Amino acid sequence: MHPAFSVIFFTTASGLGYGMLALLGLMGPAGALPIERWFGVTAFGLSLAAISLGLLASTFHLGHPERAWRAVAQWRSSWLAREGVMAIATYVPAGLFALGWVVLETSGGAWGGLGVLAAICAGLTVAATSLIYRSLKTIHQWHNGFTMPAYLLLGLGTGALALQALLHLFGEPRAAVAAVALGAGLAGWAVKWAYWRFIDESRARSTAETATGLKGGRVRLLDPPHTQDNFLLKEMGYRVARNHSRRLRLIAQFAGFALPLALTVAALTLPTLPAAMAAVLAALSGGLGVVVERWLFFAEARHAVTLFYGASTV
Amino acid sequence: MTSLPASTEKRLGLVIDLDICVGCQACVTNCKEWNTGGHSAPLTDLAPYGAKVDGVWFNRVHGFEVGEGKKSRTVHFPRSCLHCEAPDCVTVCPTGASYKRSADGIVLVDHDKCIGCKLCSWACPYGAREYDPDAGVMKKCTLCIDRIYNEHLESHDRVPACVATCPSRARHFGDFADPLSNVSKLVLDRGGYDLMPEIGYKPTNKYLPPRPRRTDAREVGAERAYLEPDIDLANPLLRWVNQLLSR
Repeated sequence: MHPAFSVIFFTTASGLGYGMLALLGLMGPAGALPIERWFGVTAFGLSLAAISLGLLASTFHLGHPERAWRAVAQWRSSWLAREGVMAIATYVPAGLFALGWVVLETSGGAWGGLGVLAAICAGLTVAATSLIYRSLKTIHQWHNGFTMPAYLLLGLGTGALALQALLHLFGEPRAAVAAVALGAGLAGWAVKWAYWRFIDESRARSTAETATGLKGGRVRLLDPPHTQDNFLLKEMGYRVARNHSRRLRLIAQFAGFALPLALTVAALTLPTLPAAMAAVLAALSGGLGVVVERWLFFAEARHAVTLFYGASTV
Repeated sequence: MTSLPASTEKRLGLVIDLDICVGCQACVTNCKEWNTGGHSAPLTDLAPYGAKVDGVWFNRVHGFEVGEGKKSRTVHFPRSCLHCEAPDCVTVCPTGASYKRSADGIVLVDHDKCIGCKLCSWACPYGAREYDPDAGVMKKCTLCIDRIYNEHLESHDRVPACVATCPSRARHFGDFADPLSNVSKLVLDRGGYDLMPEIGYKPTNKYLPPRPRRTDAREVGAERAYLEPDIDLANPLLRWVNQLLSR
């Protein structure tokens, strides 16, 4: 699948934003975070900006961005519409919860309830995003049990890294946030490692033989229907070279998991200033690693339509 | 509404006979010709005279080779929308632009509602949907709704453009909901089948398999004596006599 920049940016930025929002909504009421005005302004500002810029970017690849409002209509059948509905709905508890934190400097009682609600909505939005891909029966590398956990864990992990960096910059580091970053990072790494093994070792049930239904041996493309790439080949025919994908997987694992995990452990032990630098670097590296991971998620996906264009398996 | 109808009154579609398709591309050309002025007009061409020609087409003919060596054969394979009974290209649409008609089962796009997110094309394993970057909307085969119901045309012309033009009569149009229709009978007689049934979209269009191949003269009734002469032609004298008598 063609890795469109706007979709890669959208899923990574909004994943980070929703991950951070979920942590604010759960850990704030639990008393694990500083309920203080300027920390609140910065944390909610960063989280909601990442979400909003991501959502805005996702409209850039549309043929008619001015009609984007129509995209919530079919929530009964479409995961894309459900994602849109949840994204908009999340702003309500998130906005009110942020208001309590920033204006009243409270996250107790009903305000805390709004925080929990915002966290649930954030989780459901990221789950809906992952189900857009998970539900496509045409793409074996997406239509499997790894897609949703990967989206949820990577969103939570990058959100925790960003929140951790912010806490260090405010001079209020919290071990609980570091623990979430470590836990989500390790779990995310395990899921991606298992995912890459899975896509290397398995293929879709569809083959060139089932696509054409022809009997009597192996089916090969002899004469393509056109000499230049059409929409199908440009959009669905994209494939990353095997040696590049190996290297990019290593980069994604190093920048996305290994380095941020090591820096997070280091930040727990280092003195204030180096610890803050390590936490900021961990967040930047984690974000970059997930961008590479997301690029691969698209580039390594093989669409069933390529079976008509020379692929024997997908 | 992108939820699918539970059932449709008619199930209009095509039967494509892979035994007699000669791969002439006439259906491809007439489809483009009709539809660039029809319901989905225009079928935009990008750089039609440039080095990288690209454009929207609803029908493509692929050439496949099946099997190895003497037993291998070439099959011309037309590919267009199969107007499936349970297609995800309709249900994934977030706006309601993609829909399946309950009256005849035809899958269409409302170009005024389409936001051009391309998700429907991702959901289709058959490559039936081609995005028009110039119009910013998705386009697809309409089964020529502007021909099959067109009262300005003679009744024999009320068939899709691809069917009307096929010189070898490899394409047939009809109602699969009617067990006595031409298409239903063809599917029954010739073992018409679905493409990628494992995906579960239940295609309406059916393909007829190529008939078993006749690979040597005996299979078309040549005499054994003709194929394996009794005379020992290794002997130069007998070969000379044989040539003399065969004149």
